[in-house]
Amino acid sequence: MWDYFKLIALGLVAVLAAIAANYARDLAYMVNAIEVMLAAAIAFIWVLRTMGAPAAPQTEYNDGVVRAGVIATTLWGVVGFLVAVIIAFQLAFPALNFEWAQGYLNFGKLRPLHTSAVIFAFGGNALIASSFYVVQRTSAARLFGGGLGWFVFWGYQLFIVLAATGYILGATQSKEYAEPEWYVDHWLTIVWVAYLIAFLGTIVKRKEPHIYVANWFYLSFIVTIAMLHLINNLAVPVSIFGSKSVQVFSGVQDAMTQWWYGHNAVGFFLTAGFLGMMYYFVPKQAERPVYSYKLSIVHFWALIFLYIWAGPHHLHYTALPDWASTLGMVMSIILWMPSWGGMINGLMTLSGAWDKLRTDPIIRMMVVSVGFYGMSTFEGPMMSIKAVNSLSHYTDWTIGHVHSGALGWNGMITFGALYFLVPRLWARERLYSLKLVSWHFWLATIGIVLYAASMWVTGIMEGLMWREVDSQGFLVNAFADTVAAKHPMYVVRGLGGVMYLTGALIMAYNLWATVAKQPRVAAASVAAVPAE
Amino acid sequence: MDYHILREFADSWVMLALFATFIGVVIWAFRPGSRKTHEDTANIPFRHDDKPACQGGCKGSCHDDGATL
Repeated sequence: MWDYFKLIALGLVAVLAAIAANYARDLAYMVNAIEVMLAAAIAFIWVLRTMGAPAAPQTEYNDGVVRAGVIATTLWGVVGFLVAVIIAFQLAFPALNFEWAQGYLNFGKLRPLHTSAVIFAFGGNALIASSFYVVQRTSAARLFGGGLGWFVFWGYQLFIVLAATGYILGATQSKEYAEPEWYVDHWLTIVWVAYLIAFLGTIVKRKEPHIYVANWFYLSFIVTIAMLHLINNLAVPVSIFGSKSVQVFSGVQDAMTQWWYGHNAVGFFLTAGFLGMMYYFVPKQAERPVYSYKLSIVHFWALIFLYIWAGPHHLHYTALPDWASTLGMVMSIILWMPSWGGMINGLMTLSGAWDKLRTDPIIRMMVVSVGFYGMSTFEGPMMSIKAVNSLSHYTDWTIGHVHSGALGWNGMITFGALYFLVPRLWARERLYSLKLVSWHFWLATIGIVLYAASMWVTGIMEGLMWREVDSQGFLVNAFADTVAAKHPMYVVRGLGGVMYLTGALIMAYNLWATVAKQPRVAAASVAAVPAE
Repeated sequence: MDYHILREFADSWVMLALFATFIGVVIWAFRPGSRKTHEDTANIPFRHDDKPACQGGCKGSCHDDGATL
C-alpha cells in the first residue's frame, strides 16, 4: 500500500517538475527542474521494480547506506579538492579565467562551487555516513525507518547536484555558505527532517541504557543546522517558476543573521558533527575508551552554550552595534576552554598507547587532525579580538585559518574514519596498503603546512600594506600593489593544494583496491559479541 | 512587549538560567557514584560491532550483551 503512495507522489513530482521546466523564467531554474524530473523518474522506476520485497531483518545493521556514503564522501572530496586547486591557480595566474568560459567557470562562479563541494558534499556525506554507522553501533539497533536512510542519502546527493549546477548557471542568493536558492533550501529542509527522524528514531529504540557522547554531538549538529538553515534562508521567491528570491531581512540585521548562521555552521557542522566522529573513531582505532567521559560531557555542554554567541566577531568595525561585536569577541575567547578541553580529551585517549603512533598511520592521521583542531581553535579566538581583527580581517590570514581547520581537522579526521570504515564495511581483513596511507598522511600534512604558512605571510603582509601611511597621512600602497606582492605566496598555496589533492587520489585508489583486491573475510558469527 | 524589554530579560534572568543550567550539568556529571555509569557508557563503542543487540524476535541465541547495567 505504502509503495503505491510513493509511486503516486513520485509521478506527481516528475510531472510538476516537467511543467516547471516548461514555464521556467531562467536557465538555472529550468536545468534544476529537469534534474528533479529525472531524479523522480529514476526513483519511480526503482520503487516499481522493488515493490513487495521483504523488509530487511532487524537483526542486522543497515550498512548499505553507510557504504554508499563512504563512496560519495571519497568522490565529492576529490571533486572539491580539484576545484580548489583550479581556483587557487586562477588567483595566482588570472589568465586561467579563460575568456571562452567567462560567466561559467571563472573564479567567482567556481569559488562557491568549491566551498559547497568540500563543506556540504564531502563533509556532509562524511557526517551522514559516519553518523549512521556510529548511531547503529552505539545504540545496538538497526537504523530507524526502513528505507528512510536511503531517502536521506539520495535526497542529499540531489541537493548537492541542484546547488552545484545552479551556482554555475547563476542561481545564488549571495549568502556565504548558504548560496542555494529557495527551492533547493526547501528540498534540503525535507531531507534534513528525514535525517533527524532516522537518527533520533534509532536513538529512541536503542538497546544501551545510555546515549553515547558521540551521538550527543551528532544530534546537536543535526538540530542546530536545521534551526540555522530555516532562519538564514527566510526569503520570498519572485516567481514560483524562477530561481530568484528576495531576503526577508535587510541591512545589518541580514548581516548579523548571515554570520550567526555562518559561524554556527562552523560550530555545529564542522565542529560538533566532526567531534562526534572523534569521540567514536579515535577510541575505536586506539582500542581504548575515551580518556575522560566526564570531560566529554562538560565539553559538549560548554560548546553548545558558548558557540551560538560567537557569530558577531565576523562583523567587527561594521554597522553592527559595539556591544554586539564585543559580546561575540568575549564569547569566542571563552570558547578556548571547551575547545581545548575536547582536544585534550581526544589526545589523551592515546595515553598508554602512544607507541601506536609509530606503527599505525591511521591513528597518526587522527592525532594530527585533533592537533589541527587545537591549533585552529586557538587561532580563531585570537583573530576574534578586535585589535587583531583590525589587521587580519579581509586578508588571506582568514583564508589560512579556515583551511588549517578544514584541511587539518575536518579533512584528516574524515580520512582516518574512511580508512577505519572501508575494511569493516566491505568485510576485508585490512587495508590494501598502509604504505599508501603513510604517503597520503605526509602529502596532506605538508600540503596543509604550505597552505597555512603562505596564507599567514600573505595575510599579515597585505594587512600591514593596507594600513601603511606616509608622514603626510597618505596611504603608501595601492590595492594592486598588494595583489602583486602576494603572487609568490599564491603559487605556494596552489602547490600545497596539489599535494593535498594527490593525497586524496592516493586514498581513493587505496580504498578501491581494498575492496577490489583484498580477500573477503568470513562473515562475523551470528551470535552477538559478548560484553567486554 | 518591545525589543528592550525582551533584551533586558535576555541578558539578566535568561542568562542566569542558562548559566545555572550549565553549572547544574557539570555538578551532575561529577556527582558521587557517576564513575561506574560513565565507565560503562564509555565502553559502548566496544560492544555490538557486528550485530544489533537482540530484539524481541530473535530466537535461541539471545545473550545478555551487557546492555543492562
